[in-house]
Amino acid sequence: MRTIFEMSGGGRCGVSLPELDVPEAAPLPADLLREGPIGLPEVTEGETMRHFIGLSSLNYHVDKGMYPLGSCTMKYNPKHHENVARMPGLAGLHPLAPDALAQGTLRIMRRLEEYLSAITGFPGVTLQPAAGAQGELCGLLLIRSHHIRRGEGHRNEVLMPDSAHGTNPATSTLAGCRVVGVRSNELGEVDPEDLRAKAGPNTAAFMLTNPNTLGLFESRIGELTAIVHEAGGLNYMDGANMNALLGIARPADMGFDVCHINLHKTFSTPHGGGGPGAGPVACSADLIPYLPDAVVTGDPDGGCRLERMPWSFGRLLAFQGNVGVLYRAYAYVRSLGAKGLREVSENALINANYMKARLRGHFDVPFDHGPCMHEFVLSGDRQAARGVKTLDMAKRLLDYGFHAPTVYFPLIVHEAMMIEPTETEGIEDLDAFVEALLGILREVQEKPHLVTDAPVNTPVLRLDEVTAVKELCLVEPRKEAPAGN
Amino acid sequence: MGRYIPNGDAHRARMLDEIGVTSFDDLLAPIPARFRLAPGALRLPDPVSELDLQRELDGMAALNTGAGMACFVGAGAYDHFIPAAMDHVLLRSEFYTAYTPYQAEVSQGTLQAIFEYQTLIARLTGMDMANASVYDGGSAVAEACLTAMRVTGSHRVVLAGSLNPRWAEVARTYLGRSEFTVAEVPFLADGSLDAGATEGLVAGGCAALVVQYPGYFGVVEDLRPIADRIHAAGGLLVVAADPVALAVLRSPGDAGADIVVGEGQSMGIPLSYGGPYAGFMAARESIARKMPGRIIGRTVDRAGQTGYVMTLQTREQHIRREKATSNICTNQALMALANALYLSLTGETGFREVALQCYHRSHHLHDRLLGIPGVRPCFPGSTFFREFALEFPVPAARLLERLASRGILGGHPLPGLGEGALLVTATEKRTRGEMDRYVEAAAGVCGEVTR
Repeated sequence: MRTIFEMSGGGRCGVSLPELDVPEAAPLPADLLREGPIGLPEVTEGETMRHFIGLSSLNYHVDKGMYPLGSCTMKYNPKHHENVARMPGLAGLHPLAPDALAQGTLRIMRRLEEYLSAITGFPGVTLQPAAGAQGELCGLLLIRSHHIRRGEGHRNEVLMPDSAHGTNPATSTLAGCRVVGVRSNELGEVDPEDLRAKAGPNTAAFMLTNPNTLGLFESRIGELTAIVHEAGGLNYMDGANMNALLGIARPADMGFDVCHINLHKTFSTPHGGGGPGAGPVACSADLIPYLPDAVVTGDPDGGCRLERMPWSFGRLLAFQGNVGVLYRAYAYVRSLGAKGLREVSENALINANYMKARLRGHFDVPFDHGPCMHEFVLSGDRQAARGVKTLDMAKRLLDYGFHAPTVYFPLIVHEAMMIEPTETEGIEDLDAFVEALLGILREVQEKPHLVTDAPVNTPVLRLDEVTAVKELCLVEPRKEAPAGN
Repeated sequence: MGRYIPNGDAHRARMLDEIGVTSFDDLLAPIPARFRLAPGALRLPDPVSELDLQRELDGMAALNTGAGMACFVGAGAYDHFIPAAMDHVLLRSEFYTAYTPYQAEVSQGTLQAIFEYQTLIARLTGMDMANASVYDGGSAVAEACLTAMRVTGSHRVVLAGSLNPRWAEVARTYLGRSEFTVAEVPFLADGSLDAGATEGLVAGGCAALVVQYPGYFGVVEDLRPIADRIHAAGGLLVVAADPVALAVLRSPGDAGADIVVGEGQSMGIPLSYGGPYAGFMAARESIARKMPGRIIGRTVDRAGQTGYVMTLQTREQHIRREKATSNICTNQALMALANALYLSLTGETGFREVALQCYHRSHHLHDRLLGIPGVRPCFPGSTFFREFALEFPVPAARLLERLASRGILGGHPLPGLGEGALLVTATEKRTRGEMDRYVEAAAGVCGEVTR
């Protein structure tokens, strides 16, 4: 499609503003002023709409069809929640409004803290982190602050399995820690002996996603967290896969000290094409004094206030977090209640196990020694041996009208394909996706070029990522100024 | 079942049968029994219907009395007009229910929109390129410091004392590693950077000097001599800019900045008690490969048609893991789209008009308030754009309370500058009538003391 810049011209404008009803002030000094035009588009409202609606039609999205991205929890986003976040009384509140004039929002936040506390089993909650990765940073800073205050600032090693999300090691570096890898065993779980060997006097934390990135619950979790505690470290749960555990199990009971929760996964807030999300952090009583400025405290039915904790490690965002996302998550918990949330996880588990059962005979299923949780990982090794990679099958799924699963993750599975259906897909949609994959397998046998050439039914064909890096084009070049200008 | 779960009991039974288990509990076998919650053990309030939830939230919203007031508070978030057309795009499922564009062939809408966002931000800031957003203005400042450290190899940054204190605190939180040092350079009586002190602080090498433009207190200062000073010391100039001011002011790129960051909330994003907003981040081309976060690039497909992809991904956490330039994954994509949409709707003329109205309205209010006996400017003789600091002859809390009783959010207290000091702004939304009410109420409170 043409860019908005190519449509621009003729001094057009898409907004109308009120007349200036105050006298004009003396102009700014000339040497402070911008020289020449900015280069913004000149388009009408109608042209702007055509452009962006045109762009929108090129996207796949949850309201169009199944989006089985493993570890991403692409569930349905309830429509009422969009209206809620846009209510003038909620969306129109300035973040520096005094507490007394912001009691509605503070109460919603206080209640959401309580709900997340009940769900995770932890007494402390901060809603500030803007995303899962920022929640991880928050968690590690809490842990580091705790060690430093106890005179153990030398503890700077973060243990994590080789199957960890990329954000875990990246966050560890950002928090000033060193990553120490822990092996997975033949069951696809953390090897307790390797953890025992690596936990020690320098251990700051053990970071673990549970269920892990193979979709498996770490069956020896109590033993793992105890090993780390005995070594003087703390346990961090990456809550990316919390959709498996609502009302079923609580991180606090398993020996974790702190976890984050992705509201844009488990709590149905939309992904927005890559954000915004929210990554609240829940923690043990020992870590509460270090929570970032500020925490909402007080009576959820009475007066609430923003409060700085005594040894707060600082601040992650200018204000109180992605509050618009928090409103949606609050609405989700209120709509479903405890029973509804447990149904979410039960159905997420059933859907994933059902799909795994249907695909088992057709793909290699690594670590298939029992039920999976809310997602599972297939290997495309068998198909790769015939010259068709997992990437090709993923692209072919696009032709069949589905989004592809997460591919090539976790790194410990060859040609990995990680499938998370979520609870909001019905059996008919699950079956249709399975049939599409089986159809692709037939093509792999009979007409593999259909798969390796895919996609062909999409707005563009396979894109050249090498050229994109070699000949960087990150912005639309400016048009040459017309002569005489 | 329930509104969002299609499979009922009959489906579940059929599916459990296909799985080869007899009951749902069999699927929980991997969870040690002592960690399993009994059904019903989770305690939360009973669920409510959509209608009842709306009623409950209407009640909550009514308690946000500050939301309905005439807002003269800025300090990092501004009450601007948001055109109605915006939500008609932002509520398209195609945009808001999509994931990160990992499958580029079915994500060209998001990818091209973000490419256009990058272009708009680059043009506004006067830089060569921009990334696809970070969380907010504060985290953008922090990421800019880390980027400057990667570029220069130095582990020391200097923050202007006139940087938004919340952004400075975010930066200090992100830069808490023991090998990093953060210094602060004071400002002078007119709000400008202390040149002599800067010289001393950057001497001996530093990664970056971070200045806000206009400063936190609203003061506009020529960036060019500041750029020369930090460049002479081998560091980068990081400018945290107000995007609305950039419609009118010399672009930081033109003045010599190396990295320009800021808060995108002013460009079409509701106040929403602090988020979701969008931090923007732009830089010179030579810095592109050291930038954090997603970056969209233009390329071609197998048939030679133009298309867009996430590029330079070897910087990012999912590839580089502990060696990534940042841990950011989820960013603020939909808010970046809102920025692109806002800058398209307002465009070259409309955006300048917004900026100029902020300028004129703020100056009008400033001049009227200075007419009240006892009120004086905190930074006499300085130039401001759309926000200003005044010292009132009464405690700020008392003045703000009185203003609130008249339906006015009067400003943000600046206790560091004085008991009666207040940071005040007026956007294009503030009417002459609201300003009259402000001045009248303020004069009343001040009169009670001076009389």
